[in-house]
Amino acid sequence: MKPLDIAVRLVDMVGDRAEAEATVVSGHSALTRFANSFIHQNVGEDHLGVTLRVAQGGRVATRTTNLAGAGALAALAEDAIEIAGLQPVDESWPGLAPPAPAPEVDHYDAATAVVDPESRADAVAAFVAAGDGMRGAGYCETSGAETAFANSAGQRLSGRATRATIDGIHQLPGSAGSAHATSQRFGDVDGAAAGALAADRARRGADPVDIDPGEYEIVVAPEAVATIAVFLAVYGFNGKQVAEGQSFVEPGACQFDPAISIVDDATDPSSLGVPFDVEGTPAARVELVRQGTTVGAVHDRRTAAEAGTVSTGHASPLSATWGPVAADLIVAGGDTDPADLIAGVERGLYVATFNYCRILDPKSQVVTGLTRNGTFLIEGGEITSAVTNLRFTQSFVEALAPGRVLAAGADQRYADSEFGPGLVRAPSLRLAGWNFTGGASG
Amino acid sequence: VFDLATAAVEGALAAGAAYADARAVHTRTEVVEAQNGRVQQLDRAESVGVGVRALIGSSWGFHAVGDPSDADARRAGETAAAIARASAHVPGDPLRLADVPVEEADYETAHTEDPFSVPLAEKVDMLIGVTTAMLETDGVAIGRASIGFWDTNKWFVSSQGHRIHQHIVESGGGMDATAIGEQETQRRSHPQAFGQFETGGYEVVRRWDFPGNAARLAEEAVALLGADECPEMETSLVLEGSQLALQTHESVGHAIELDRILGWEAAFAGTSHLELPKLGEHRYGSELMNVTADATLPGALGTFGYDDEGTPAQRVDIVDHGRWVGVLSGRDSAALAGLPPGGMVRCDGYGRLPMVRMTNVGLLPGPNSFEEIISETKHGIYMATNRSWSIDDRRLNFQFGCEIAWEIADGKLGRMLKNPTYTGITPQFWAQLDLLAGEDEWVHWGTPNCGKGQPMQVAHTGHSASPARFAEVRVGVKG
Repeated sequence: MKPLDIAVRLVDMVGDRAEAEATVVSGHSALTRFANSFIHQNVGEDHLGVTLRVAQGGRVATRTTNLAGAGALAALAEDAIEIAGLQPVDESWPGLAPPAPAPEVDHYDAATAVVDPESRADAVAAFVAAGDGMRGAGYCETSGAETAFANSAGQRLSGRATRATIDGIHQLPGSAGSAHATSQRFGDVDGAAAGALAADRARRGADPVDIDPGEYEIVVAPEAVATIAVFLAVYGFNGKQVAEGQSFVEPGACQFDPAISIVDDATDPSSLGVPFDVEGTPAARVELVRQGTTVGAVHDRRTAAEAGTVSTGHASPLSATWGPVAADLIVAGGDTDPADLIAGVERGLYVATFNYCRILDPKSQVVTGLTRNGTFLIEGGEITSAVTNLRFTQSFVEALAPGRVLAAGADQRYADSEFGPGLVRAPSLRLAGWNFTGGASG
Repeated sequence: VFDLATAAVEGALAAGAAYADARAVHTRTEVVEAQNGRVQQLDRAESVGVGVRALIGSSWGFHAVGDPSDADARRAGETAAAIARASAHVPGDPLRLADVPVEEADYETAHTEDPFSVPLAEKVDMLIGVTTAMLETDGVAIGRASIGFWDTNKWFVSSQGHRIHQHIVESGGGMDATAIGEQETQRRSHPQAFGQFETGGYEVVRRWDFPGNAARLAEEAVALLGADECPEMETSLVLEGSQLALQTHESVGHAIELDRILGWEAAFAGTSHLELPKLGEHRYGSELMNVTADATLPGALGTFGYDDEGTPAQRVDIVDHGRWVGVLSGRDSAALAGLPPGGMVRCDGYGRLPMVRMTNVGLLPGPNSFEEIISETKHGIYMATNRSWSIDDRRLNFQFGCEIAWEIADGKLGRMLKNPTYTGITPQFWAQLDLLAGEDEWVHWGTPNCGKGQPMQVAHTGHSASPARFAEVRVGVKG
């Protein structure tokens, strides 16, 4: 059965005994992993996920399975109804999404959906070869999936999406450099180009020096900006966190520098994934920050109802507990050549990526983490030496506050935050200050 | 179900694999979470599938398929072999497997009360009750509680003749109260941040007494808003057990993973500051530091009968009186390093490739008690319950934040402190371990959310710990 047929069948099985919504995802993913310059792990999976949520007069329960036989689906429906009936009434149950069409975008490339392991291995070979004898490590991943949604209010949606990523490092004793590329199309993912960039960063990172912790002006590459954006989204532009008072978000307030504009847009032609959420709400382009002014947050149906607005199509399997999270973030780029970002710094640091970032308090957005795979000292507008990795403890909101963003680069692209590929498109940024609280030796 | 795994292995061998193994896995889970007196999540999930691993030359090929027929499973084995063969485009040295006993066995974790048989109404009533109770304290904005259960059956077959069935039952949960101030949030959790999970049944949830801790959590969360900031200084640091368990997980458990040491995780999780030639000589910490990786501990979250390569669970010495003596390994990594295989390879369900994972990596108890530790501390800070954790890719430079702290002055706990953090470098920090509580206060803390690998895998690991003191630690790092 096709995913939409499974979803419709499940909703029909529930019938008029409860409100029902079903999401079915079917696809194939494969990942070729390399280390010490050879492929050591190489995996593939055919997957099917079936999720049914029912609500009996506000008594809500969810059942999930990977079994799609008629008997299994019937059992799923019966169990969902039974356990929902044991629940207390949820007075704030927001009801089902009404029928509405999804945006007509197709983030799918047929060739990417069927990339074979030999082709992924060839991309890896190109990455490794670009290191010219350096130790390469990383992965090449391709995936394709069809997602379908049906509910008992009559909503029916179906979409498909593909993604290809190559991500890796080259290593020398004492240094490493990274590079990343993600697209809907495997044909856009250039292993040789990524390998060359990683190798260049590793070479320039050789013989790093220790520097004293303290506040430094910094230029952060798109990967580091992507990590900042993910923290703002997960803990900030999240309708549930806003409603609970745990978020820094104050709509209408100038919380950021005018150089900062952020939207979330699953409908953009170059975005990844399907343009609707697990509640069947069509995705919308959501402005989060407009030229430094906080505009709002993303919502699922529950947080939207509580906020007196409409869902923005950001429900996910985690949103019931954590809240809706923007996952198609676009941080606006500027018009400054990335090299000129560095040229404007009298004394500061260039940071390629952040690593192991964790939040100390969601309200203040104070985060600790480290630099990794490319940290360099800038003196007189030029990179003068590599620097050992540094620990920082820094409020991400304060780092982007009015007056703190000195320039944005013209190099916006999909960047790999430390939380995975395909979540953020971001440029490089030049920031007035960043609080480094520890060096390599503590 | 053994037949599905057997078909997958036969398919891989027929397609040219030198070795193959397969896991047929049936998993049931249940998660219930309430917030402020409302159930916000009730999920039950079930999955069935087969994952098969084929070795050709220098690489594993792996393929997984859900809800398979025998024919599907056989095709999965063939596909795994084809994937492994494609790896020859970028080859390394041929991979060998260390010898392990070939066994046919049946194993089950101990559990008293089947968590799936406990009435849902009882679970829901408890969660609603404790989250409502937390809100009764003025100033508490969020009272949250959750419980979760896993029931996993695994049938393992290898081309060398393994046939092992295991039934693993895991249970646990957690609760927290959050108070929100003008520019901050303060949280208190029980039994630890992210909950406490163990191998066992619903008795785990009952033992940790959620209702009995609701009022305390709520009062502490509110009190933290008005508490003084943890000062920035170097001082004696006393850690509560669950925080020391996470410290052990991050600064010892990951660092001793042999795949990291060999560079197999370099691009993502990272490598390790440990170098194999120094095994047996490297000074990891003080004489009080004794660490084992013990997959046989009854009730601990990282306990099993056999790992996902069919190697029997075992207890391995990791740090002996401060000296580094052991690693976490599997058959391939052990053979490459010339070490005995440790039986520490596991996978996250049927759909993921087995890899080196922690079992129960714990700090053995010491000669002191918490009471003695406090009374023998003239000046210091006592920190409890993790709030943030960060460590570099070699597992050296760490910074942890805790939910709450108390000043220690002249051998007594004094004023409450908020936003406590501490930072250090792994071997220097462990060398400063100078007092360690004993067996009476030794708890098998569980970590249910250990991420590693690409595609990402989540492992359940155990970390036994009791409270301890570390001398001259930098605390109070500010943003």
